[in-house]
Amino acid sequence: MESLLSIAVGILFATGIYMMLRRNLIKFIFGFMLMGNGINLLIFTVGRLTRGTAPIVPEELEYLDGSVIQDFANPLPQALILTAIVIGFGFVAFSLVLLYRTYTVEKSLDTDMLQESVLPEVTP
Amino acid sequence: MSLGWTVLSGFILAAIAPFIHKFTKNATGWLLSLLPLGIAFYLFTTYFAPVTSGETFVATIPWFADLGANLTFYLDGLSLMFALLISVFGFFIIIYAGGYLKGDPHLGRFYLYLIMFMASMLGVVLASNLIGLFIFWELTSISSFFLIGYKYKYLSARKAAQQALLITGLGGLALLAGFILIGLGTGTFELTEILQNPEALKTLPAFPAILIFLILGAFTKSAQWPFHVWLPNAMEAPTPVSAYLHSATMVKAGIYLLARFSPLMEGVAAWQITLTSIGAITALMAAILALKASDLKQILAYSTLIALGTLTLLIGSGTEAAFKAAMVFLLAHSLYKGALFMAAGAIDHEAGTRDIRELGGLIGKMPITFFAVLLAGISMAGLPPAFGFIGKELSYKALLYGENIFVLAALLTNMGLFAASIVVIAKPFFGKFKAAKDKVHEAPLSLFFGPVVLATSSIVFGFFPGFLDKLMTAAQKSLLGVQHAGKDVHLHLFPETFSDPAFILSMITFAVGAVIFLLWRPVFNGLNAIAPRLDIGPARWYLWALEDLERFAKWQTRRIQTGNLRNDIRYSFIFTFALVAYALYRSKLSFTVDFSGLMIYDFIVFFLMLGGAFAAVRANTRLSAITALGAVGFSVALVFIVYAAPDLAITQFMIETLVVIIIALVIVRLPSFHLHERANVGGRWRDAIIAGVAGLCITLTMLVVLQQPLNTNLSEYFAAESVPHGKGHNIVNVILVDFRGVDTMGEISVLAIAAMGVYALLKFGRKEPEDELDLADKSGDELGEKLGEK
Amino acid sequence: MILNSIILQTATRILIALLLLLSIWLMIRGHNLPGGGFIGGLVGACACALYTISYGVKKAREALRLEPRIMIGLGLTLAFLSGLISLFLGDPFLTGQWIKIYIFGTLVKIGSPMFFDIGVYFVVIGVTLAMIFALEELEFDYQPSSEADK
Repeated sequence: MESLLSIAVGILFATGIYMMLRRNLIKFIFGFMLMGNGINLLIFTVGRLTRGTAPIVPEELEYLDGSVIQDFANPLPQALILTAIVIGFGFVAFSLVLLYRTYTVEKSLDTDMLQESVLPEVTP
Repeated sequence: MSLGWTVLSGFILAAIAPFIHKFTKNATGWLLSLLPLGIAFYLFTTYFAPVTSGETFVATIPWFADLGANLTFYLDGLSLMFALLISVFGFFIIIYAGGYLKGDPHLGRFYLYLIMFMASMLGVVLASNLIGLFIFWELTSISSFFLIGYKYKYLSARKAAQQALLITGLGGLALLAGFILIGLGTGTFELTEILQNPEALKTLPAFPAILIFLILGAFTKSAQWPFHVWLPNAMEAPTPVSAYLHSATMVKAGIYLLARFSPLMEGVAAWQITLTSIGAITALMAAILALKASDLKQILAYSTLIALGTLTLLIGSGTEAAFKAAMVFLLAHSLYKGALFMAAGAIDHEAGTRDIRELGGLIGKMPITFFAVLLAGISMAGLPPAFGFIGKELSYKALLYGENIFVLAALLTNMGLFAASIVVIAKPFFGKFKAAKDKVHEAPLSLFFGPVVLATSSIVFGFFPGFLDKLMTAAQKSLLGVQHAGKDVHLHLFPETFSDPAFILSMITFAVGAVIFLLWRPVFNGLNAIAPRLDIGPARWYLWALEDLERFAKWQTRRIQTGNLRNDIRYSFIFTFALVAYALYRSKLSFTVDFSGLMIYDFIVFFLMLGGAFAAVRANTRLSAITALGAVGFSVALVFIVYAAPDLAITQFMIETLVVIIIALVIVRLPSFHLHERANVGGRWRDAIIAGVAGLCITLTMLVVLQQPLNTNLSEYFAAESVPHGKGHNIVNVILVDFRGVDTMGEISVLAIAAMGVYALLKFGRKEPEDELDLADKSGDELGEKLGEK
Repeated sequence: MILNSIILQTATRILIALLLLLSIWLMIRGHNLPGGGFIGGLVGACACALYTISYGVKKAREALRLEPRIMIGLGLTLAFLSGLISLFLGDPFLTGQWIKIYIFGTLVKIGSPMFFDIGVYFVVIGVTLAMIFALEELEFDYQPSSEADK
């Protein structure tokens, strides 16, 4: 499954980057969300996949030792991804509101139009 | 240990100085000056006797003890002399600043910078660890940047501060490079260890580079030609700063560095030639420029350059006598120059100008200040019986042993210095009364206290040099290499014989100097007339370099950062993935693709994700795009479920729901996808190729990485410790709230900031930024008038 | 955005209590089973969002009684304070401290990480609601109605 997910992550990156390069800023955010999902999956996959048990120490055990640890999923990437998901949400929400704010001021979400209206002329 | 606290206490006091100032108002200067006084007292009582009898001290404050990085301090004759100089001057300057900047709204901040500077300076001269020395060195640059740019509303002050920071910062970088090379080469960063084994340093293959870097660092700091340009410009700073940084302390940091490494450079021809020649050039050039200036502070600045050049010349000469002369001259210079700067500030403060052409006859109005200027000026002119005379005699004597050309340089320099000294004494005080203000009073106690004490001691030490002789000798010992015999050079006020060649040189100096003084007006006008035509020196180079740098920065910014978001992102991705591709190429691309053990639902999830991703790209409406994104998000959640990550799955589900709500709320207020989409097929294909290559790079990277064995140390640690230490069975949660709690703390803070951002964006209107800076160029004179240099 | 739907409002009235209970339950059991402050907070936020959509912000604010921004502050403070406990006991910041007490003969372990998790829970709810409320309260000051698509 690692190989299959590697391909999936590559595709999520490609589609995400393609959307980020479009002129509409909403598409930029959508592209970012695609890429964000890809990044989370990337961390998850390189932490190795297990169909076994969630990283929860069984009630009767005091700890997971070398003999049983192979049956459990790797907890570290999961902790990293959990925070990444939540932070990603904060980022998306903030960017969307920023877009809205930009739109009320600039009346446009077209990157090419925004460049012309926002930046002062650069004299050589 | 307590040696370290003499340095660190300054930083602590600096941090609280603005708060103290809020309560103590006008008394702050007197109060804060107690710390440097205490440090000086402590150093004197505890260390003076043992150090002058040859002992050295080392103190350590553990810092990152596990990494072997500690704050170590080292005290020998040289550092004791500098530390005493810094703390004693700090005492006078802080009192002076309290009077000089009385009522200034930012005075609290000024104290902060000033005391921080003092502490950093103590750190420079006491640090034993080279990295520590570098950090303190940079701190002096930074605090001096703030001090020079204290009147930041004036363009000239900002430019001067920037120039000083750029030049000394450049030297600081060179110094760091030199220190790192020393550390890597000799295996230690401790000065104490490096000093014990000069041969280990000299035989390093990188020694020439070390030499260049050290000299660069010292020369930029001590304003040697061609880096001297920042020093006269730094006179933009309020006078207490000029008196402290640009006479007694900071510019001497470079001299300290040269002196500190002097024993290691014994017999190194390149070192001696560079120091002597550049020192002589600096001194000569400054002697001429001193006669060209009419601003009291400028004259003093150039005479400081003379002193710095002479000191470099003496240290480069490398004889016992020259070292001794350097130490005596250094102390003499600090005493008279500090007094003169402070007195010049007092004159400016009371008479309203510092231009000697507009001053005259102040002797009746400001007798105490005159007294200070007279005594200090005598010392600066090198007249007996002042301490400066002893210094000058010693330097003549020392140079007479060596090349005659340097004697000649010193002779010419001293003539200029003599003339400049008499100008400083005579012009403001004698003749017809002239001032920018009608009523001129004597300066208050806080303004003449320092100058009078320092100027008087210039004379007292001239009569009784024996008291300081022990300290000077101890300091000189720190400069000696193994070859030196350690011959004692004693201080005398009067020469043994009047046919002494040094004494004859002094007489010539006085005679020619007096002539120059009498011809001051024509010399001044003549120099100023030809100066514009000779404007091709380092000051111009600096401007050229700065302009070209700016032009280059603008050019490449325009090229790479066009301001168009798409272009910027495109460049970022191209560069990033070019690096990734290079790394992949280096890794030989060995990987295997393994599709065994896949279940049917793996494929379902995979195609769901793929379908969602492509549908999002192809979507024509926002609603369909959101739906497609939702499909991707939920299929990722399915992956989490299948591969044993229930926490992640729940989180992902919830987030998907919330994202849809937020998007729905925002997007109804935004335009549709089809706004101005022009048909640009070529651009789309280019972006598709960039995106495709990026995706391919990621996939290949993952496949290569998956071939590497997984390091599970951390995971195993967490799995083993979760229940015994974290008291929880859910390892993921225990990592979040316990093992990596600080990370989570940071994360929720970020979330809170994001929410505040959203709130602020939606609730508050935009505000026009107010630019209170005065962007017009103002000269130093206007600056003085504007603020009355309060 | 208020969907004035009787069905939704009725369903919400029943669901809201269940969802909030679920969120608290997820948060508390998180230390030993899937769940925790983040997940509980997200479920709670979803519940409140549902309420907001069915009844409007005004009602939601009344029901909540607490400004979301204040909730964020409370959460952050709680999390921070839970970390301070260990400082007083001589351990580094945020080291977990536990005590065991018996309630009706049952062993209950109480530790600073639990309070930390509660802090996280409040921050997550507060952040989400602050965003949603602010967006809901927006006036349609610039409505691109002509360009809006379906």
